[in-house]
Amino acid sequence: MSIHILYFARYREALGQSQENLELNVDIHTLADLRQVLLSRGEAWQVLNDPRLCCSRNQTLCQLDQPISDQDEIAFFPMVTGG
Amino acid sequence: MMTSQIQQAAFDVGQRMQAMHTNHDIGAIVSFVGHVRSHCADGQIDELFLEHYAGMTEASLAQIEATARSKWPLLGVDIVHRYGALKPGDAIVFVAVASAHRQAAFDAANFIMDILKTQAPFWKREKRNGQAHWVESRDSDLTAAQRWS
Repeated sequence: MSIHILYFARYREALGQSQENLELNVDIHTLADLRQVLLSRGEAWQVLNDPRLCCSRNQTLCQLDQPISDQDEIAFFPMVTGG
Repeated sequence: MMTSQIQQAAFDVGQRMQAMHTNHDIGAIVSFVGHVRSHCADGQIDELFLEHYAGMTEASLAQIEATARSKWPLLGVDIVHRYGALKPGDAIVFVAVASAHRQAAFDAANFIMDILKTQAPFWKREKRNGQAHWVESRDSDLTAAQRWS
């Protein structure tokens, strides 16, 4: 399946990219699985190993155990600080 | 009137407050304006930059507004949040709530700000002494939001 991933704020800066398209194999079922794949990319990606990491699926806040489907828009970001 | 918008431009508080008073059933209008402070615990703030998640931000504010309307008998809600580069003193966020009586308006405005601060996808980056720092979320904001659940 094919998904779109967005990164924001501190994560975006550390990764040097704000978004990417990714083809996933059948073993990736949840956002937690996806994060594992991203963490395995190397040092810079450890920024996602954040106990306060937040994520969304199709622009709705969710937990890491949320399942992923084809064409999903997934985002990883630090805790929000607006207002 | 039920609106929420995200914009770079400054907003006119007086104009928005006047626009809230749409009919004579409204007996109370409560507003909140958040401004950029010139100091934080780590020093003087020269500039504040607000990043947001275009698309999700709009949906998030609309959802917060809808939840507030389901909890209190509201006659109007207006939410404006700015993004981009801001200076100390600039207004960042405006929330106004209209109701027949003051308590619902006070409570709903409080609720909207508490939930916005912990759920709407905005991130602040401060520039202090020429260096940029991402603002860390505060536990007190989470505690404030949790009291409504």
